[in-house]
Amino acid sequence: MPKNPNINKVVVIGSGPIIIGQAAEFDYAGTQACRALKEEGVEVVLINSNPATIMTDKDIADRVYIEPLTTDTVKKVVLAEKPDSVLPTLGGQNALNLAVELEEEGFFAAHNVRLIGTTAETIRKAEDRQEFKDTMEKIHQPCADSLVVHNVEDAVAFADKIGYPVVVRPAFTLGGTGGGIAHDKTELEEICGHGLQVSRVTEALIERYIGGWKEIEFEVIRDGAGNAVTVCSMENVDPVGVHTGDSIVVAPSQTLADKEYQMLRSAALAIIEELKISGGCNVQFALNPNSFEYAVIEVNPRLSRSSALASKATGYPIARVASKIALGFNLDEIQNAITKKTYACFEPTVDYCVVKIPRWPFDKFVYAKRKLGTQMKATGEVMGIGINFESALMKAIRCLETNIYSLRMKEVMALSDEALAQALNLVEDRRIFVIAEALRRGYTAKKINEITTIDLWFIDKIASVVEMEKQIETDFSVETLRRAKLLGFTDKVIGEICGKDEDEIRELRYANDIKVAYKMVDTCAAEFDAETPYYYSCYESENEVDPATDKKKVMVIGSGPIRIGQGVEFDYCSVHSVWALREAGYETIIVNNNPETVSTDFDVSDKLYFEPLTPEDVRNIVELEKPYGAVVQFGGQTAIKLCEALDKMGVRILGTSAANMDKAEDRELFDRILSECEIPKAPGRTVYTCDEAIAAANEIGYPVLVRPSYVLGGQGMHIAFSDKEIREYIGIINRVHQDHPILVDKYIMGKEVEVDAICDGTDILIPGIMEHIERAGVHSGDSISVYPCQSLKKEVQAKIVEDTRKLALALGVVGMINIQFIVKDDVVYIIEANPRSSRTVPYISKITGIPIVKLATQCLFGDKKIPDLGYAYGLQEEKPTIAIKMPVFSFEKLYGADISLGPEMKSTGEVLGIAYTYEEALIKAFVGTGIRLPRTHKIAITVKDMDKEEVVPIAKDFVDLGYEIYCTAGTSRYLSDRGIPNKVVKRIEDGKPNYIDMIINNELDLIINTPTQGMETNRDGYLIRRNAVECGVHCFTSLDTARALANCLKNAGGVDLGVIDIAKI
Amino acid sequence: MKAWLILEDGKVYQGESVGAERKTVCEIVFNTSMTGYRELLTDPSYAGQGVVMTYPIIGSYGICMEDVESRKPWVEAYIVRELNRMDSNFRSEGLLRDYLIENNIPVVQGIDTRALTKHLRESGTMRGMITFGESFDREECMKEIKAYTLPETVPTVTCKQKYFVKSNGNRYNVALLDLGCKRNILRSLVNLGCDVTVYPSNTTAEEILAAGHDGIMLSNGPGDPKQNGAVIGELKKLIAAKMPIFAICLGHQLIALASGFDTYKLKYGHRGANHPVKELATGRVYITSQNHGYVVDEKSIDPAIAEMTYANVNDGSCEGVRYRNGHVFTVQFHPEACAGPHDAAPLFNQFFAMMGGKN
Repeated sequence: MPKNPNINKVVVIGSGPIIIGQAAEFDYAGTQACRALKEEGVEVVLINSNPATIMTDKDIADRVYIEPLTTDTVKKVVLAEKPDSVLPTLGGQNALNLAVELEEEGFFAAHNVRLIGTTAETIRKAEDRQEFKDTMEKIHQPCADSLVVHNVEDAVAFADKIGYPVVVRPAFTLGGTGGGIAHDKTELEEICGHGLQVSRVTEALIERYIGGWKEIEFEVIRDGAGNAVTVCSMENVDPVGVHTGDSIVVAPSQTLADKEYQMLRSAALAIIEELKISGGCNVQFALNPNSFEYAVIEVNPRLSRSSALASKATGYPIARVASKIALGFNLDEIQNAITKKTYACFEPTVDYCVVKIPRWPFDKFVYAKRKLGTQMKATGEVMGIGINFESALMKAIRCLETNIYSLRMKEVMALSDEALAQALNLVEDRRIFVIAEALRRGYTAKKINEITTIDLWFIDKIASVVEMEKQIETDFSVETLRRAKLLGFTDKVIGEICGKDEDEIRELRYANDIKVAYKMVDTCAAEFDAETPYYYSCYESENEVDPATDKKKVMVIGSGPIRIGQGVEFDYCSVHSVWALREAGYETIIVNNNPETVSTDFDVSDKLYFEPLTPEDVRNIVELEKPYGAVVQFGGQTAIKLCEALDKMGVRILGTSAANMDKAEDRELFDRILSECEIPKAPGRTVYTCDEAIAAANEIGYPVLVRPSYVLGGQGMHIAFSDKEIREYIGIINRVHQDHPILVDKYIMGKEVEVDAICDGTDILIPGIMEHIERAGVHSGDSISVYPCQSLKKEVQAKIVEDTRKLALALGVVGMINIQFIVKDDVVYIIEANPRSSRTVPYISKITGIPIVKLATQCLFGDKKIPDLGYAYGLQEEKPTIAIKMPVFSFEKLYGADISLGPEMKSTGEVLGIAYTYEEALIKAFVGTGIRLPRTHKIAITVKDMDKEEVVPIAKDFVDLGYEIYCTAGTSRYLSDRGIPNKVVKRIEDGKPNYIDMIINNELDLIINTPTQGMETNRDGYLIRRNAVECGVHCFTSLDTARALANCLKNAGGVDLGVIDIAKI
Repeated sequence: MKAWLILEDGKVYQGESVGAERKTVCEIVFNTSMTGYRELLTDPSYAGQGVVMTYPIIGSYGICMEDVESRKPWVEAYIVRELNRMDSNFRSEGLLRDYLIENNIPVVQGIDTRALTKHLRESGTMRGMITFGESFDREECMKEIKAYTLPETVPTVTCKQKYFVKSNGNRYNVALLDLGCKRNILRSLVNLGCDVTVYPSNTTAEEILAAGHDGIMLSNGPGDPKQNGAVIGELKKLIAAKMPIFAICLGHQLIALASGFDTYKLKYGHRGANHPVKELATGRVYITSQNHGYVVDEKSIDPAIAEMTYANVNDGSCEGVRYRNGHVFTVQFHPEACAGPHDAAPLFNQFFAMMGGKN
């Protein structure tokens, strides 16, 4: 069938903010889909609350609504835009849920809108546990013994029947939120109780535990005519029991013989046929390692994290093909965009091995439990491609950017035999390194297989790496070097093991002609000539890259995996920079390794190198391509970290030079420039040891801000009030290997202001000034950011612009700079300056309509100035719309993590609220983060003594809003004395019913809890906050956030929220 | 031990010997399947060929006699990027390497198989020599390669004597002409409830017809179809006898030749488990397992006698023919899979139904 002529205007629903379980993969899928739709002449209307995405650009969609993802928003957009269709399969679970709700309500039918890409029935069959089970039974596909329950009693009765352990899977949640494995009745009661609470329909599945079985996934795609193909098989290195998002995954499957493989492939096809999916689908199987017995674990009738991985692993653009299918095309009518010779109706075959490793946030949340289970904890992932498993694994490890280049993790190698034995029994993020160490200490592969249930095949591959380490150490020769390179060892690691310098190893390699070669990812294992310039490195004989071109080549360094502090916004910047360069006639080369992103899509740049971002990996590309220059200012700290190495390789750093970059990072140089520019700053010191830090703190006076230099997202940053706290913090900072010094600064409590500016070397352009709602001390990424600034006097704004100009020029910035200021008593202090693009750039770009990255990119070459590009210097005119960027957290997924906000960034994503009034924008942003108030009209307030005075007016506001206030004794007395009615709730130690009971019984709308400063873990406060987050009760730890909410509820609480098409701003 | 692959156009690839050290000259072809080496190595259609695997890690799940498609491996040589040193699979009976050595198969690992595949794709399937040692005499080797002609392989791979396989169903009695038959063709028929008599390739039409079968199945097999003049002669008689006939791969090509159509050699063949084939009547596409170097020339099909039923989606080549006499249909791809997808398995049911039509 050709395109359905009745589909001309399509609403695409995005997935919202980045949270654990839902990262950049949906921006990738959505962006690719929108482009595929527009290619067919379809008008695209996009809804997504996440402003950091590429899909919400007006170049990608025709109409863009950055609005809260609610049924209300979708309805308003449908009414305003009158589309004929809605495509909900690209926005993850959020979009599917919205579509089902509106379809069931009859809204789509009433407005002549059809769902394309899926049907409500398909979604129900796949998502509703009972319907899914019935459907599988109908087509004889086995599922593990299971029962759908709506209360804990039924769960316990069923578990008694089938025996423990059992798995609890709550329905309609994301990333398996709230699920878990229960080994006895107490655990089941706890896990199931929580699971039912987080389920949208108070429903959970209790299932036979099949831990230890192989976990195999198939990505399947089917068209309306019933043609179906499997795009890719994937095998989890971690057997069933670890969420696939937290598993190391290899593609294609490695340990299945053709009989098992075809059995599961046929099952996957039977399932997609029965569900009548027109588009992509992910099927997860558990396979008994000792028989042909298998069970269908889960089916996702939509694009998913796995489909993004499958696309990048094979080169098959699943989102693009799924979108064409949604328009009515059949698979044999859609060209294979990679080969341009064959069609989408074939199964990719690969001639390499792909390894994905999740990127976990445990470096940020040092108190969070590292245990991996059915609840996903990773924020992002990386992918390594190699001609063998070993090299793909070693590449993926390098991609993680944890300063580890091989299977040698110092902290694991330092474990005692006893501790190692214990560690081997833990299912944690470091398991792969623990296995390597166990092999080094003489454990047999068989023994490790018994303990971990990880397939022997994978353990043997790790063993081959460990054997090579030994050989490098004891028998180093050119032949050893050749074999080590084949297995993915870097020169640095080889040098470390055999006691030589990295450069020495490289020279030895070159002398013996051991050089890297690049191979193409072509979907067809070289059977057909492909045109896609998508490459990976290996140590093979034939290099497929032809570096010849008549254009100037520019290399753009990407930002690696999504992690806290470095999210999708940096991919946005990288991609826009590439587009600007292409438009300007340069040949673009992108180097990146995140399979979830748009930047690693095959047609974004002229050449894509899917590689780790380490000096050696980048050097190999540089030596082959000999680019005219490299762009590092858009790839976050990942790219900045490579600046020095690139400079040493003789690569021209486009824009701000390497030396000038260093000026902003080097404390002393920076301080000197600040004093030359007469820009005030909180006093501070650079130190190297704990004793020096304490001395500095006492000299400056507490409280002080302690942090390592060269950080992003406030990694390892704390406010310290005493010597003891400094000692404790430095212990933590040192746990993450650091080459750089520690900074100790006076902590000034004032208003935080942020500016992104473009400098062309002569003068600057500032798109707008942003003001934070939370006072200084809360990381800028965790603060609510308001554009335009609301409370700054004109002269203060002018000072900020002037300081920015002076500093940008003094630092020699060409391109982007981001500066954070503190304003206290109208005095502007600088906090820090980063000569690179920042996380606020996408949102400011969208809301002001100024293509910031494009302008900055055009300035990099020095031949164009801002006025040449059609813009005036200085602060640009304010827009009439107010845009409020609000952080979104994933605390419920990270057991043990303290949710209190501070100088260390903790949010995973963000939403935007846009309106013509401040209050409406604020309430939209709150709604976007998932806050739906009022509900029970009960709020609990417990604040530390320092905050008691300040909380009074906030409490009064909530009373005026009809709220009942609950407090613990101290706060209660204080409020009562000031005429605020409230009720006392017991502290935990005072018996039941207490604070925690109110939380668990879902009685509270909201909690305001300010933690006691310092590291002394306030047990009560911590328990309150953890329970709140795990029960889905909103908990604010900053009075500023609480005040903002009270304020907007008061002023715009009942207001009907409008929708704004930002493409028209 | 060093191993060398020397191609007839003079290209040389160096690898490491991990199998039998037996010098050989053969036709070099590549296969793109990611699983299924157990089946592939023992597929008689590979007789006389050196097979290059594009998937770089081979041998991961060991060897298992349940999965072999004939009594022994038929490949003349095996060329892989990496022969996995260990096996991990609950049915594995041993290392692939040991199995290949026991069967005297030369195996070369460590070759840039992607580069080799690209070369074969660009220059076409060609002859090559596998030789061992520190060095080789280039001129001597080239002479030997040039002197090599593709042997007639069907007589080598077919069964020596006819044999009978009883099914539980006992619904139909089928003659299976073994041109290099994969076991799963036999298994597929037996599973449908057919009693099967397997005949050597040199069996006369008279003998088969005299046995009173309900239908005739022609198997896959190796080599150039035109080398099988005698078989083609017998097939003409079988077609004339109005028996239901279903033919796969070489069988399909031989029926075409027996009907006066032509075959030609593909530049580098179709060998893999991901080939899309379109059923022309319905537009439905099936992913199929394929292994053939020759193909029926679509242009040579006489529309008065037959029509093309399936086409390869990638290159449009002929993948199936239905004959207007109403009792013969043939396919180029492998509905018996092994290795590869089972999407086309229902074709056996079609044959089954056709035999029912006879009664």
